[in-house]
Amino acid sequence: MSFLFDSFEGWKAIIEEKKVSLFQPVIEYEINEKGSEEQSILLGLEKALDVMFDAVDSGLTEDMVSRSGMINNGAKKVYNHGVSVLGENFQKVIARALAAKEVNSCMGRVVAAPTAGASGIIPGVLYTLKDIHSIEKKTLVEALLVSAGIGLIIDNKASLAGAVGGCQAETGSAAAMASGAIVYCLGGDFLQVSNAVGITIQCMLGLVCDPVAGLVEVPCVVRNASAAAIAFSSAQIAMAGVDAVIPVDECIEAMGEIGQSMEERYKETALGGLAATKTGKALSKKILISDIQILGEEEVLPEKPSNKAC
Amino acid sequence: MAKRSGIFDMIGPVMIGPSSSHTAGVVRIGRVAKRIFGKHLAIESVQITFYNSFARTYEGHGSDRAILAGLLDFKTDDARIKNALDLATQESISYTFKAVGNASIYHPNTVKVEVQGNGRSVEVIGESLGGGVINIASLDDFKADFSASNHTLIIKATDERGVIAFISNILAQENCNIATMSVSRKGKNDLACHVIEMDSGIPQITMDYIRHINWCKELIYIPDIDF
Repeated sequence: MSFLFDSFEGWKAIIEEKKVSLFQPVIEYEINEKGSEEQSILLGLEKALDVMFDAVDSGLTEDMVSRSGMINNGAKKVYNHGVSVLGENFQKVIARALAAKEVNSCMGRVVAAPTAGASGIIPGVLYTLKDIHSIEKKTLVEALLVSAGIGLIIDNKASLAGAVGGCQAETGSAAAMASGAIVYCLGGDFLQVSNAVGITIQCMLGLVCDPVAGLVEVPCVVRNASAAAIAFSSAQIAMAGVDAVIPVDECIEAMGEIGQSMEERYKETALGGLAATKTGKALSKKILISDIQILGEEEVLPEKPSNKAC
Repeated sequence: MAKRSGIFDMIGPVMIGPSSSHTAGVVRIGRVAKRIFGKHLAIESVQITFYNSFARTYEGHGSDRAILAGLLDFKTDDARIKNALDLATQESISYTFKAVGNASIYHPNTVKVEVQGNGRSVEVIGESLGGGVINIASLDDFKADFSASNHTLIIKATDERGVIAFISNILAQENCNIATMSVSRKGKNDLACHVIEMDSGIPQITMDYIRHINWCKELIYIPDIDF
């Protein structure tokens, strides 16, 4: 039986025992659990990488206006703006994360990584990393394997779904996966990867899922940008050998605990937070379908299956 | 225990946004309805009802385009999903949308699809369970409960003794393992519907054989809905 990605501690033990790189057990897991072949796994990830980078490019070149109108070509404005608040690369990573996520909001093709709501983070981060450090495609694919391993552990110990754990579970997990990928690409070791993930989670803990009008637009799109920035800040801290103090496995457990105790109105129900503000409610009223039939008590639909003639 | 996630649940699926449950899952439900109606039959009209949580957000999440895209037999990562309203009109499909807010017996994300064309009509009720995973709750008022992610065989047959044994025996001879099976009927000796999810497919000749048995009124085979 392969290692089942239930903890970072276990992941560390297996790579030390087998003396392999940290992406190797991820491949073995997929081969054993899903019956896949190594070649098809690598090809699938190459394809995912292409879709991610295409999403960044289309978000920066094509018209991106969502059906609700709340998303309106923000990424391009950021990318082309004359003032760089922190430098060109910062401006670019923010714009790229926005771009890929805007493509998702506007019904374009993306990779859910790990979810559709967080689909701008890993593309924005890896695109920028490749741009700055000329990372080879092979390394980027290995980094995606590392990201997948991180995601699997979070999935096992906490959750990746906004409806279960709030936004921390979606953009927080994606940022953690991205941060680990950065450190891997820049030659960091297992401890540095673990610290980057742990620090990222520490920064994202508690974030609620409060989408305006229930749509994957506000604040999801801007949170993809901030999550990408946090992935880089955590990687910078971890690469320097600064310790996360709380071990990564425990950080993930804290995320699970917070997610469990989070009230339902902060878990994708659009009943709390930004969704419940005056403007949030007004937007919701304007955007959403109002012509909804409400059934009377007697006609609350037939039993299923009914005996209606076929 | 729930099925373990894989690498491509973490880095994937490749999909058309914005939401796996409101877009990808709904495309799949539409595609199942299309396959049940008939892959090569032209659809003339379709009535679509979005229930409960779907009722308010189906436009904002593009579920209206997603369901028509499925009925046009598009996959979940097809870039044409965005333009499905226009494409359906081009294919001479007339469509109507309805929203019902409080159908409490239904799953929160439920959509009902009623398809007509060529004198044939089909009604499918699908649930989008999250992450693009679906459950087809019923078809033509028969209880169904299948995910369409395996090979699915749907047989409408007269309610007679021995039909279930006969079908399962044939599948066994084809070396085909049954994953799930549900049978429901209109009434005693009336029409019954067998929904069988299998780990592998069966050859055309076997399906033709079952079709020719006098108790078999209809046989529909749907391979993995993403292929």
